[in-house]
Amino acid sequence: MRTYAGHSNARESNALYRKNLEKGQTGLSIAFDLPTQTGYDPDHELARGEVGKVGVSIAHKGDMHTLLDGIPLGEMNTSMTINATAAWLLALYMTVAEENGVDRKLLQGTTQNDIIKEFLSRGTYAFPPGPSMRLIADMIAFTVDEVPKWNPINICSYHLQEAGATPVQEIAYSLSTAQAVLDAARERVDEATFPRVFGRISFFVNAGIRFIEEHAKLRAMSALWREIGRERYGVTDERHLRFRYGVQVNSLGLTESQPENNVIRIVLEALAVTLGRDARARAIQLPAWNEALGLPRPWDQQWSLRIQQILAYETDLLEYPDIFEGSKVVEALVEELIEGARREMAVVEEHGGAVEAVGYMKTQLVESHRARVQRIERGELKVVGQNVFTSTEPSPLQQGDDGGILTVDPEVEREQVEAVRRWRSERDQAAVDAALARLAEAARDESRNIMGPTLEAARAGATTGEWAAVLREVFGEYRAPTGVADAAASPDDDSLEQLRERVDRVSEALGRRIKILVGKPGLDGHSNGAEQIAVRARDAGMDVVYEGIRLTPARIATTAVQEGVHVVGLSILSGSHRELIPAVLEALRGAGADVPVVVGGIIPAADAEQLREQGVARVYTPKDFEITRIMGDIVDLVAERHGVAAGAA
Amino acid sequence: MPPEGAATLGRRLRERDRSAAPQALNLIEDRTPAGRERTRELLAEVSPAALGGEAPGHLVGLTGPPGAGKSTLLSALVAEWRSRGRTVAVLAVDPSSKRSGGSLLGDRARIAHDPADDGVLIRSTAAGTRLGGLAAPTREAAAALAAAFDMVVVETVGVGQSETDVEELCDTVAVVVQPGSGDTLQFLKAGIMEVPDVLVVTKADLGEVALRARRDLASALRSLGRRDTPVVAVSSLPPTSGIDALADAIDAHRERIDLPARRLRSRRLSALADFTVEHGESALRALGGRRAAERLLAEQDPALGVPELTALLAARAGLR
Ligand code: B12
Ligand SMILES: Nc1nc2c(ncn2[C@@H]2O[C@H](COP(=O)(O)OP(=O)(O)O)[C@@H](O)[C@H]2O)c(=O)[nH]1
Ligand SMILES: [Mg+2]
Repeated sequence: MRTYAGHSNARESNALYRKNLEKGQTGLSIAFDLPTQTGYDPDHELARGEVGKVGVSIAHKGDMHTLLDGIPLGEMNTSMTINATAAWLLALYMTVAEENGVDRKLLQGTTQNDIIKEFLSRGTYAFPPGPSMRLIADMIAFTVDEVPKWNPINICSYHLQEAGATPVQEIAYSLSTAQAVLDAARERVDEATFPRVFGRISFFVNAGIRFIEEHAKLRAMSALWREIGRERYGVTDERHLRFRYGVQVNSLGLTESQPENNVIRIVLEALAVTLGRDARARAIQLPAWNEALGLPRPWDQQWSLRIQQILAYETDLLEYPDIFEGSKVVEALVEELIEGARREMAVVEEHGGAVEAVGYMKTQLVESHRARVQRIERGELKVVGQNVFTSTEPSPLQQGDDGGILTVDPEVEREQVEAVRRWRSERDQAAVDAALARLAEAARDESRNIMGPTLEAARAGATTGEWAAVLREVFGEYRAPTGVADAAASPDDDSLEQLRERVDRVSEALGRRIKILVGKPGLDGHSNGAEQIAVRARDAGMDVVYEGIRLTPARIATTAVQEGVHVVGLSILSGSHRELIPAVLEALRGAGADVPVVVGGIIPAADAEQLREQGVARVYTPKDFEITRIMGDIVDLVAERHGVAAGAA
Repeated sequence: MPPEGAATLGRRLRERDRSAAPQALNLIEDRTPAGRERTRELLAEVSPAALGGEAPGHLVGLTGPPGAGKSTLLSALVAEWRSRGRTVAVLAVDPSSKRSGGSLLGDRARIAHDPADDGVLIRSTAAGTRLGGLAAPTREAAAALAAAFDMVVVETVGVGQSETDVEELCDTVAVVVQPGSGDTLQFLKAGIMEVPDVLVVTKADLGEVALRARRDLASALRSLGRRDTPVVAVSSLPPTSGIDALADAIDAHRERIDLPARRLRSRRLSALADFTVEHGESALRALGGRRAAERLLAEQDPALGVPELTALLAARAGLR
């Protein structure tokens, strides 16, 4: 059992790790901030507002030394939530071990490293698909002998469900991803080693509120994995064929309204992955009751840890063999999921495999999420406290001064910016330049393994941003498909039809169709909300410009002007709204764009008030789940600004 | 900020003030009668008469099936043109949903551009509900932008009518195909498709299939007696290739053609299209049919802009 932690700077995170280790925790789980995850230094323009926000900022080996100070690396099991820059962070970790005299053969842990799900859901990618897959294959080939206890990759279906995947899609897309990774790795290791490579692949799975189906999903994945191992890769050793997985339970379904109900949801979701022994998770992470409000405080995390402990120590859950064995109902459900997943995997295969099918899969996820969101809006999918049983007593949980969430000190960013500049000025620049030049050479030559020169650069004192910049230069910048353009039109309903008429009326009065820019400033990868808003705006009859995630305020402003939009909608969930929204407003003013701005995402009430004072016209949060209604609001806003009648409501 | 006078916007474009472009486009897209009137004022300022000749910009059409790689190619082409010191305006036309009338304008996301560089303008426009074809505002926008930008590119999905429209509008039409799509080859051979000015095969990085596609297209062109039509293979993803050759081929085409004649033809066909959309087929019959209308247009002063020509047709048809 461990809690996912890392925040602000390396020093504070280190103190936290040590405290947890003293309390008996056995592993480290490192969360990095978004700049580190996407390969930007703290002083890069895109890093603004994000340094140390959702994890620790690690810009070079010095930061890594501080982070791991006094921690016995030879005995630690360290899990790092890192993907695009995984090769680099592993190199920094290895360098610290090396400089502390710890043999790399002893290092144990996992780098998440599943890049396909970054394109599909999580958003912290840096390079195009082809080169990204090569980096992964390089790491697999390198670690299998050099760092033999390291799990170089953890295939994630978790993030797919969080982006709207159905159980069938979750199974099919994650297993297709695993196949793509194995296919790439097979070209880089010899035949005898390959079964071990297969055996090192582990999974990170989701468990949603429909916990019986979710349990069946895990049994289905387990069976399919074995089948793939045997049939596609000819693996025979039983140990290597086991489906090994960890779980984080569903967070997408956790609500802002009546947030205390989330605890009950979390318990039920945890049952899905623990009830049957044959498909039981090896590790579980649980979100907190205040998931949809902001970052959890230590007490909130403790409450979630207690859920696991009660399940493990008070209940009789762990005393029985598999309680579903022989159940016809479960068997039938498993069979149905397997069949569905096989069909969907065949479609991915037809596209040429998971790498080629990223666009297809993304569109499918946006559509599934659209269906889910609409069912909630229409009350077909019941969410207690949100669309049914909504009246509530005032909650004592949210009455503290902190509003019930953790906030990160913005000072951290300033300190990190200064620190990285100091680091650059104090190191041996010639050594860094030489190492980076060798890195570029290796990147250009596909037959070489990137890990060697990456380690050299780490030792020489290069920064995260420098390492990534070299690879961006060679591999090119990449923007993942957004999935929205090809997403099918929403099925009609009365409210949508009425909305469309209003859009038509206002558009006619304006002389051209209402045009909206949906923008995602900064490094925040949470795209679900923006995607659903974009698709609905189109289905309501608007012209929609959506360029995907990771835009600078300057780019948003330029786009708003060049495209001549009537309204700008910004979406931020990562907590950087206080820095970024004013920056966008400023950029818009500077560009001479006089358009109303609306904002959505995880915005605490006090911040919403402040944003309105700064000139934001409307603020929406997860409790505003009726997207058609939000659209109506936006139409009114545009009509009002242009002095035209929006017509009957 | 009150909207600027239409004539002022037109004048600014004529003086190559690119910052007037977004507002000019807002106006051109405005379909209200008042908006149309002001658009005419604006366009008059950038007409050949006002400019004292044809607009200097090079109008390039980039058309081809969805997914062929047009937007990604544009990303590379824009960079190439910028490195040659040229300013670039892109009009990216996306299909609209038939049911809702709305659209998701996705091309822009694929075209890398530095927001601080005012030498690049990208404008996404919805095709509107008209089946295929370029909406009138797109043609007007291209004409207006050609006064202020060196390169004006129209990206459209090449199906049916829009291909013809692009051909009518642009100085140079590049048809973009990806390797392995035999359709274009078949269409060319069967004469369903006009031979474009430049043929582009994308995704050259895919290797053999791309080379084969290029060979097949070149031999099809030879058998059609069009061996001088360039077929360029490009790779738009880094490391890019063939982009400079394509830029050269596009330049060379413009050198080859009689530009004033092509522009004149374009204006006359545009006027005819606008007239028909506005007044219907019956009005065309009142003029004695398409042929007669074309003859009538051919007799007019070459410096007349599209709005004047359209008005002239309406007057002759007894409409006002
Ligand atoms: C799903 C999810 C994810 C998915 C995202 C998938 C995707 N492609 O979007 C995944 C699993 C990838 C993910 C990853 C992470 N997440 Co997350 N995630 C969530 C979660 C559970 C739900 C968000 C969501 O999609 N809701 C559904 C959509 C439809 O709702 P919405 O975006 O809120 O939009 C609604 C309104 O807000 C509004 N709206 C939103 N945008 C806009 C825009 C306009 C124009 C308008 C009009 C309206 C509007 O309208 C929508 C309709 O209701 C939230 C918590 C929660 N329950 O809200 C955490 C949460 C946002 N995540 C969080 C964190 C920390 C992370 C990670 C950093 C964790 C980590 N270290 O790895 C990563 C970061 C990834 C990245 N690149 O940024 C934090 C952010 C903390 C903070 N604000 O301080 C949250 C709040 C959870 C928490 N309490 O810790 N996450
Ligand atoms: N391999 C490869 N893929 C490309 C190339 N150009 C475009 N693509 C891919 O083809 C797909 C469609 O590209 P896009 O530019 O949107 O096509 P459009 O619909 O014609 O504008 C995208 O996934 C691109 O990444 C290329 O040169 N090589
Ligand atoms: Mg395109």
